[in-house]
Amino acid sequence: MDINFTRDFLALLARFLSGASVRWIDSQPDTCQRVYFANHTSHLDAIVLWSALPQRVRTLTRPVGAKDYWTAGRVRRYMADRLFNALLIDRTEIKVHRSPVDLMIRAIGDRYSLIVFPEGSRSGGQEIGEFKSGLYYLCKRRPDLEMIPVHIDNMNRILPRGEVLPVPLLTCISFGPPIWLEAGEPKIHFLERARQAVRRLKEI
Amino acid sequence: MLDPRTLGLVGGVLLLLGAATIVVHVLRSRSDSGLDTAIIETFRLRVHAWWMLFSVLAAAFMIGQTATVVLFGLISFWALREFITLTPTRPGDHRALFWVFFLFTPLQFVLVGMQMYGLYSIVIPVYGFLFVSARIAMAGDYKRFLERTAKIQAGLLICVYCLSHAPALLTLDLPVDGWGPKARLLFFFVLIVQLSDALQYAWAQIPSKHVIIPAISPTRTWEGLLGGTASVTLIGAVLWWATPFQGSHWWMAAVMSLVIALMGFAGGITLSAIKRDRGVKDYGTLVEGHGGVLDRIDSICFAAPVFFHFTRFWLLW
Repeated sequence: MDINFTRDFLALLARFLSGASVRWIDSQPDTCQRVYFANHTSHLDAIVLWSALPQRVRTLTRPVGAKDYWTAGRVRRYMADRLFNALLIDRTEIKVHRSPVDLMIRAIGDRYSLIVFPEGSRSGGQEIGEFKSGLYYLCKRRPDLEMIPVHIDNMNRILPRGEVLPVPLLTCISFGPPIWLEAGEPKIHFLERARQAVRRLKEI
Repeated sequence: MLDPRTLGLVGGVLLLLGAATIVVHVLRSRSDSGLDTAIIETFRLRVHAWWMLFSVLAAAFMIGQTATVVLFGLISFWALREFITLTPTRPGDHRALFWVFFLFTPLQFVLVGMQMYGLYSIVIPVYGFLFVSARIAMAGDYKRFLERTAKIQAGLLICVYCLSHAPALLTLDLPVDGWGPKARLLFFFVLIVQLSDALQYAWAQIPSKHVIIPAISPTRTWEGLLGGTASVTLIGAVLWWATPFQGSHWWMAAVMSLVIALMGFAGGITLSAIKRDRGVKDYGTLVEGHGGVLDRIDSICFAAPVFFHFTRFWLLW
């Protein structure tokens, strides 16, 4: 079967099953190089966010995922490798010159965009956890990338931590206006600003 | 295939919708019509939703009874998604909710399709209630226990149990044989509910100070309720030929329409109260682009069981 057809079909299926409504708030879909950073509450987050992008943007966007999760089992490996073209990061073994940020920059070249979840792992509750510093270093190395905050609502109710069976509630995915690292901005300040940019989308 | 009478009813409604679409088009293209643009826009969205509803319903009628029951099952499922999405639940409700969506909702419509009146009239009010309470208790989270079970149970009753009585009309033993009269009975019901909604809205445009329940719905006036109910009763009487209440029973069609209009009003204000409590204007604001399914069917949900039982009683009598 044609891989592009399978991709579009999966995206459509994910859109339908999650009942997702997609909002672009002071922001527009674009094929320029971007980093979509979102809150993380469920294993389905990456799929739902990826499927919310328009088709021409989606084919240029690579989700970043944990290697241990996405290589467990043939279905996940197939989805990560062939369908999402995911960039898998080994959480257990991080080497010099092969840090996650190095890998990301090498993987996107001058063409691809990324989907990242800067909380690192799924947060349990309603509050968005502290962001890991990777986002900051990514910005510092590639200041030309547009950083797009994304808020994924309700996924923690659809498939909460530790649950296997989903409850089919409706999600809402909000894309916000891009932010950039300002000259000389301290790491903690930038990470908190990024986190607030995601949080703000929840209230709109 | 459908008989001439059914085709006449369904075709007539689709023709009316065609006319309404043209009217909307003309009104929108003429800015000097003197009408409020907000009202035209509301009307346009309504007409759009009716096209969806009636054309899908007509298509399901063409295929047959099972397709119609499945269609209502899907509408129920979607309405319940909207209801539970807007209802705060806790992680402890997750497993109970899973079974509510994937066991009780389909089961109800399977039982309706199998015409098991004795079962589908109790499975959600009794067994659904017992299961949801016990499953939430098993999850070990006792905070606001009664409130949470009540919310889930209310969702199941309104979106699934009540709505399933609309396709259940197809399973009644009518004095006339065949698929046509059954399809017509359901179509008549849906049509009268929708007309009653629209006419109550239209009559409420008369400037008036007699708002019925200002705290819940500032647009519903006594003029709207009385005018809408009276006109829909008249229309129902005129459409008596489409119903199984034929022969000397033209007044039955009128009485049924009156009951439908009053129950539709009850459904509208109940769902408005829930929305007010949750602080949203309609179920569609959360699910942008999908429109709120529950907003469109609230009156059908409330009118369906009452119309079903009245009709059943009339048939037995």
